[in-house]
Amino acid sequence: MHPVRKRRLIFVGLILGAVAMATGAVIYGLQKNMNYLFTPSQVLAGRAADYRSFRLGGMVENGSIVRDPHSLKVDFTVTDGDRTLPVEYTGILPDLFRANQAVITTGRMQGGTFVASEVLAKHSATYMPKELAEAMAKAHAKHHVVMPATAGGTP
Amino acid sequence: MNAHSSPTLWNRLVLWYHQMGSPPYFYAFAGRWRPWFIAATLITAVIGLYGGLLLAPADYQQGDAYRIIFIHVPCAWMSLFTYAFMAGCGLVGLVWRVKLAEILAMESAPIGAAFTFVTLVTGSLWGKPMWGAWWTWDARLTSELVLLFLYLGVIGLYHAFEDTRQGARAAAFLALIGVVNLPIVHYSVVWWNTLHQGTTVRLFGPSRITWSMLWPLLTMALSTHLYLGWSLLGRARVALLELEGGKDWARAIALEDAPHG
Repeated sequence: MHPVRKRRLIFVGLILGAVAMATGAVIYGLQKNMNYLFTPSQVLAGRAADYRSFRLGGMVENGSIVRDPHSLKVDFTVTDGDRTLPVEYTGILPDLFRANQAVITTGRMQGGTFVASEVLAKHSATYMPKELAEAMAKAHAKHHVVMPATAGGTP
Repeated sequence: MNAHSSPTLWNRLVLWYHQMGSPPYFYAFAGRWRPWFIAATLITAVIGLYGGLLLAPADYQQGDAYRIIFIHVPCAWMSLFTYAFMAGCGLVGLVWRVKLAEILAMESAPIGAAFTFVTLVTGSLWGKPMWGAWWTWDARLTSELVLLFLYLGVIGLYHAFEDTRQGARAAAFLALIGVVNLPIVHYSVVWWNTLHQGTTVRLFGPSRITWSMLWPLLTMALSTHLYLGWSLLGRARVALLELEGGKDWARAIALEDAPHG
């Protein structure tokens, strides 16, 4: 290779290496601080105590959804499979909000209840037709397996 | 470039590389191939959209709303692919000072920016009814927005210079530095807790999508790649003529009626 080109290539390579290493260090550093959400276990362990308002993520527990018949108020329980936390929300819920669906709620703790100002539904990365999902659910129920489609969406 | 006595595959590749680096040769080559690219783009787009919007079944959770993936996902893949292509051409331009590589890098930037923009808009339109929010600052959405800013930065820096080739080299350098963002976009859903879902289609290992939904998605991905080819060849032809306006070959094309060099 021509020495000038070689020098340019080495120069570009060194700069890129330095930038990649710096970015890697930043990402590694942020890994501990950059928390999009807390799980119920983390909240109950006091990890979110420093925040007035934070995001709580987990699955909506089966059979926990209670709608107030006279207003838009909804009560439900969020679980991470280990611990659970009751959530209270007043407003319009997204289409994907349902039992066994992952949600990310923003709000604050009031007593033992998380009062949410926003509820977002997290979609799982699985796509399939309804008929197949039903057939799989039947087969899984026979063998006592948890639905993989929603189980895979745990944040 | 005389014919080699025993043309091995490597020799042919080197010959092709040098031929492609020559502006008049590339100009003619691009003119010949463009109609094929646009024809293939349209055919695959019609097949992909028909398969995706009419043949594919509704999703068990999202119903018909999931069909935005036939636009959103191919555009998102292309936003990353075009960036990688731009940076690759930029490297060749920086180190070997190949005029055509600089042009290809700079002309792919607006196309990539358009793909990124479509990705963000379609994702937002889908996010409002499904997630409940137009936008959220999670790692995937934020890094994709940074990708759009990188594209805009490359375009802006390129045009900030009086001398086109100097601008191209400066912008190519910015493009190369921005490559660190590509793995961040791709792995953001793995490294951090995000609202955006994880990877559905995998190159290695099983995809979490039914075949009747997957084939239209892959067809659309092919179509967007072909579109990039068509668009880029056209843009590069114009840029080459602008850059080489005073040269004999460009004058010859201007004098001729048929632009087939």
